[in-house]
Amino acid sequence: MAFTDAERRRAEQLVARYPHSKSAVLPLLHMAQDRDGYVTGEAMEDIAELLGLTPALVLGTCSFYTMFKRAPIGNLVVSVCTNVSCLVNGGPALVDSLRARYADDDDVHVEEVECVAACDLAPVMQVNYEFHGPVTSEAAADVIEQYKSGALTARTISGSPVDAGSKAP
Amino acid sequence: MAAQETRVITKFLRDRPDDSWEYSVAREHNHAYAALEKALGMEPAALVEEVQKSGLRGRGGAGFGTGQKWSFLPKDIFPRYLAVNADEGEPATFKDHMLIERDPHQIVEGSIITAYAIQAHHAFIYLRGEFALGAERLQAAVEDAYANGFLGKNILGSGFDLELIVHRGAGCYIAGDETGLLSSLEGERAMPRIKPPFPAVQGLYAAPTIVNNVETMSAVTQIVNNSGEWYAGMGVNKSLGTRIFSVSGNVERPGNYEVELGTTFRELIEGLAGGVKGAKLMKFFIPGGASSPWLLPEHLDEPLDMDRATELGTMLGSGAIMVFDETVDPVLVAWRIAKFFAHESCGKCTPCREGSGWLEKVLYRMANGLGRTEDLDLLLGFGNNLAPGLSWPPGQTTICQLGPSTMSPTVSLNKYWGDEIRARLASDAARRKTLEVASA
Amino acid sequence: MSVSSVPMSQWPSDHRYTIPVAGDQDVVSITIDDKVVQVPRGELLIKAAQDHGTYIPRFCWHERMKPVGMCRMCLVEVEGMRGLQISCATPVVDGMVVRTTTDNVKSTQDGILEFLLINHPLDCPVCDRGGECPLQDQTLAFGPGESRYVEEKRHFEKPIPISDLVMLDRERCIQCGRCTRFAAEIAGDALIDFGGRGGTTEVITYPDAPFTSYFSGNTVQICPVGALTASAYRFRARPWDLESVETSCQACAVGCRGALESTSNRLVRLLGVDSEPVNHGWLCDKGRYGYEWVHSDTRMRVPGVRRGTELAVTSWPEALDAAAAALRRVRDEHGAGAIGVIGGARGTNEDAYAWARFAKGVLRTDNVDAQLGDGLPAALVLGMPRATIGDLDRARAIVLLGPDLKEELPVLYLRARRAAEELGVPLIDVAARDHGLSRHATTVIRHSPGVIDDAIDSAIAALEPIAGDGPVVVIIGRPSVAEAPDATVRAASRLAGLPGVRFLSALRRGNVHGALDLGLAPGFLPGRVTLDAGRDHVVAAWGGVPDEPGLDTTGILQAAAAGRIKALVLVGCDLLADFPDRTLARDAIAGAERVVCVGTFPDDAAERADVFLPTTVWGEQAGTTTNLEGRVLRLGRKVTAEGQALEGWRIAAELAARLGSEWDLETVEQVQDEIARVAPAFVGVDASLVRRARDGVVLPVADNLAELTFGPDRPAAGVSWEPIRAGAEGGDDGEGAPVAPPQPGVALHVWAGDAPSPPAAPTDSYALRLVVARTLYGNDRVVTASPSLANLSGGEALLLVNRRDRERIGVEDGTRVRVISPRASLDLPLHTDASTPEGVGFLAVNRAGPGAPELIDIAAHVTDVRVETIS
Repeated sequence: MAFTDAERRRAEQLVARYPHSKSAVLPLLHMAQDRDGYVTGEAMEDIAELLGLTPALVLGTCSFYTMFKRAPIGNLVVSVCTNVSCLVNGGPALVDSLRARYADDDDVHVEEVECVAACDLAPVMQVNYEFHGPVTSEAAADVIEQYKSGALTARTISGSPVDAGSKAP
Repeated sequence: MAAQETRVITKFLRDRPDDSWEYSVAREHNHAYAALEKALGMEPAALVEEVQKSGLRGRGGAGFGTGQKWSFLPKDIFPRYLAVNADEGEPATFKDHMLIERDPHQIVEGSIITAYAIQAHHAFIYLRGEFALGAERLQAAVEDAYANGFLGKNILGSGFDLELIVHRGAGCYIAGDETGLLSSLEGERAMPRIKPPFPAVQGLYAAPTIVNNVETMSAVTQIVNNSGEWYAGMGVNKSLGTRIFSVSGNVERPGNYEVELGTTFRELIEGLAGGVKGAKLMKFFIPGGASSPWLLPEHLDEPLDMDRATELGTMLGSGAIMVFDETVDPVLVAWRIAKFFAHESCGKCTPCREGSGWLEKVLYRMANGLGRTEDLDLLLGFGNNLAPGLSWPPGQTTICQLGPSTMSPTVSLNKYWGDEIRARLASDAARRKTLEVASA
Repeated sequence: MSVSSVPMSQWPSDHRYTIPVAGDQDVVSITIDDKVVQVPRGELLIKAAQDHGTYIPRFCWHERMKPVGMCRMCLVEVEGMRGLQISCATPVVDGMVVRTTTDNVKSTQDGILEFLLINHPLDCPVCDRGGECPLQDQTLAFGPGESRYVEEKRHFEKPIPISDLVMLDRERCIQCGRCTRFAAEIAGDALIDFGGRGGTTEVITYPDAPFTSYFSGNTVQICPVGALTASAYRFRARPWDLESVETSCQACAVGCRGALESTSNRLVRLLGVDSEPVNHGWLCDKGRYGYEWVHSDTRMRVPGVRRGTELAVTSWPEALDAAAAALRRVRDEHGAGAIGVIGGARGTNEDAYAWARFAKGVLRTDNVDAQLGDGLPAALVLGMPRATIGDLDRARAIVLLGPDLKEELPVLYLRARRAAEELGVPLIDVAARDHGLSRHATTVIRHSPGVIDDAIDSAIAALEPIAGDGPVVVIIGRPSVAEAPDATVRAASRLAGLPGVRFLSALRRGNVHGALDLGLAPGFLPGRVTLDAGRDHVVAAWGGVPDEPGLDTTGILQAAAAGRIKALVLVGCDLLADFPDRTLARDAIAGAERVVCVGTFPDDAAERADVFLPTTVWGEQAGTTTNLEGRVLRLGRKVTAEGQALEGWRIAAELAARLGSEWDLETVEQVQDEIARVAPAFVGVDASLVRRARDGVVLPVADNLAELTFGPDRPAAGVSWEPIRAGAEGGDDGEGAPVAPPQPGVALHVWAGDAPSPPAAPTDSYALRLVVARTLYGNDRVVTASPSLANLSGGEALLLVNRRDRERIGVEDGTRVRVISPRASLDLPLHTDASTPEGVGFLAVNRAGPGAPELIDIAAHVTDVRVETIS
């Protein structure tokens, strides 16, 4: 969906933080993804218009970064690391089991990711970018269920609001 | 194997594991921003000199002298920018992650001091997108700094102005490269740029820019708190001070350990991290992140000295040490690292874009019994066009280091187990031939 | 009026990183493969080597774009530097020692080729690029022979259309970024970009936002493989079957140099040729694909005479006799002043000269005009101090007084954009509404259409603080045909008084400048001389000229409509399409007793013609054309005209003979030599000089010797691996510039700077004042008769207004409204347009059906319309 007036004002504030407006592309994409659960076409067009860019340039940038999803993926992004420290600590089995378990659950998007900088927690999993580890397949599933039930909550689907309730400019 | 940490930048966060990130706690128990007050009383040039005196070398990976980098800024060209690299992504590195979540004020303070030293009025902390808690705490720390007059206009009455922006990445390793980071910060695809011009001359928005790592910023805070001389009193040779090493893999106590440089790998791995897990033997270890060539147990008594690592044909890189036990297939590890690089190649330079994927495909076959007898030599053959010389430091046919780094695992495989692997490939090929004949 | 300035300190959006380049005099000595050469300091090594005969292979580097160092093919050894260096991003320094062919360089380049080929499909036999493909050429020359790659190649759906004109094959793409960089950096239309990353990087457009850049064809030309192909050319020919000739495009007045290619007597392709002073190798898509109309079935290829209501096919002798008889009768009965000759701005210089001689020397009428009420006074254009396109790069400042260059003179837009964006030349934009260059302007001055005095005060004030040695280049044309040219002339008159001011004409029609230069304007004779000044000189050659200055096109049409002019000779013009006031054009054609039409298409005027004489067109005829700088450029003949069409100058000569004047001109070179003798501004520009001057001759030659370069035809820029194509090295063909440049024997006309005082035009606050101008694509014949472009011609005219005006009128976007001028009332759809300020309405003139030409009264100073809702 397109920016509301309030969102547009917030977007303009974000843009104003940078010496050059184009730098606001990533924050604005995060903001759009937080709102819609993924980056919609309308959001990219709005961002392009706001920054005086073509939509093609916004898409080009957006598609470079793995955190930005361009189709609905549900409410929970489950990222399982299989890079070397997790590889030798059960990461691949963990991702396989979670994928199988949530294959039919539209609300849970299980993805294999590269090192998330928490190798002391190997095998490590993130749910909407909240860290959990080390986890067995069962423990991981239990954590995910807690998010589903609301017993655990994450900040946003894109990790953290871009300005996290900012008082700063 | 008497091993102990020397906690300089991790002391506070270790001492107060439950609230070290909070502003009031950091102020009361860690003298947060005392170094800033001190720094603002100094001439910027004196600060640069103090950091040069400390011998501090960048903690991101390349190990370039921090003060020296600052001194490369062209005179009298403004505006200048500071970009703090908090896009920790080198596999098995998790030290910055800890610093960001647990002592953000030390980073913010070091960043303000650095911006003052280089006379930048705009600074950015480029934070890895996947650090949700880190973003919250770092942003809160920045806001506290604004609220208490450490950021914004006329900081502490010094006349120095600084805006500091926490800028979140969005999932991409190459944004951790100096120029890749700048491209990303400009809202573009995070493609590294040709150098020269170097960022210190034409960086962010084509203006002179310094890019420094989070751990480097933390160290700057402590160097100003104490002195350059004090810092240079620790360490060995040209590797001075302390560093945080992230130890992981098949070890008893994976974690971050801050030690004086010059400590040995053995003290770190066997002493602090508890050695190989489960009474197994070590097969090999990777000393400086996925990009670095590998070492064997016979190297354990070597010191953590950046220049010594170069002599050994590898590097301390990002300070990430991965330990593998005797049951691990090194070809599998090599494939997984190749897969990482293929996934993270930005696609700009031909050798890396095409070569990283080729490498991954062949190593996958090799690790899964589908290798051909000539495969290892094939990798070394085309790999020589990715990392000319197949040695370390490597030659380069690409803009950034990602290209040649892709070859480190394969070169290590060949160096330590070349004959063994060739024999294995031959036997895999023969076995498949037999199966083909049998099924025919 | 409004003035706004962009602070120069703001970091421009497309600004990239610069490689230092020093002044021309600053030369250093470097050694390339043991050869010592002198090159400009800071020059990129790859360019320095190329200029001295050493070709370093490359895919991503392009001479006209900034280096990115992506393909890594151009790695060379530089003594003292660790590892190999990319020569595309290494500036030369004094004493540099470079080796480009060592074993290390060769084996590394082999390795790069191997990497490029692992995912590149081996579909060369069905690839348009096969035979002229840099990747194929380099693989043949240096490649390893067979691939060590046994894995699966990358797969994409192929090919996919990314616009009406361009197809994309992502499997063939080698990710060099030439296309994406061209779109962003050169054209400013970043409608394509890279998507994804690493091994799956692909060129993308945004969904439903095709690559509609006017310059898209350049990406096809510079693509080093067959990833981008042109719908117009796909599978039409193989490169080795093509014949090529260097020519100039006549789609507009920029005169871009191109290589025109044919097979089996059909034109199949026009490629840009890199001419430093003119087009830098670029073409617009209208020029690039506009050759198709040459073969259109809708062309008239045989002569015709009117029999009753029919235009009947006839023979040349009968048609010429009929035309001559008609003109003789009108002249004998009503005098030469009863004949008007209109047009001639679309042919060659030789045609223009011949028509001028026919009209003024044989018929003796001065009612002659190549402009169609949409231009500027000939006295201004022929007599103003002129700038060259290259002066834009050296300018102290550029002042825009003209139309939207992006729409009317696209490659001039690229040159002006480069000067402003890349070279930092201040751009002062004086216009009634925003246009293609406005976002690059440093000062934006907006004025009500036709009311310019205050705006010029502001422009002069903006110029004042700008220091520098270069000229102030004023780009001057007709911003709108809905207003009289008076305001523009007045602006020129005021600016002409400032130091260093030179003018660059923005008149659009292909050879309008040649036509004016050669006498197709009232009051002038060939060679930029007035009737009076040139009389004796020209009479000596022609035997006679008119006594008094005659009428321009508007005057001729008014006289014809009033019955005072009895015969019209229309030379390659379609008055009903081209003249801004369609009512007057219709009345004039109806009022004339005799209409002789010399042309190409059975357009409305030809259907009314008593005699139709078919001419050959661009691509079918040799000769010269003159661009907006006054640069005389060679035209190449590539195909033989089908049917019976003749060159225009031959038709004029045949008619002259029938009216008793034998010219003794048999070849186009003889016409050129006669022009050099008779037309003072053309002195020295004879057939010999025309043949040798590779970038043409800027008139008068004595003043522009620095613009002369000699050499044979060049290959199209960026096609194939350059050294393989003959002639790439260029060079002199042995004949130098004239030692003592000839001086015109007659004083050339100098514009006196006189300007009318436009009447104060009160605005009705409920009315909109119209701006009417062309868009690149429209219902022009070049577009509608070229199958590849026809889809782009657009529908009916749309009235574009500011959002606030739309709200005031009280309709939604797209609603049809009634537009009422003193002339006519039309129902047109209304759309919101951010480029159009309040109080202004914009209409494109070149649209099918009733539109702006119905609303415009050419006699009025401005065109105000009322807009009403339709109940």
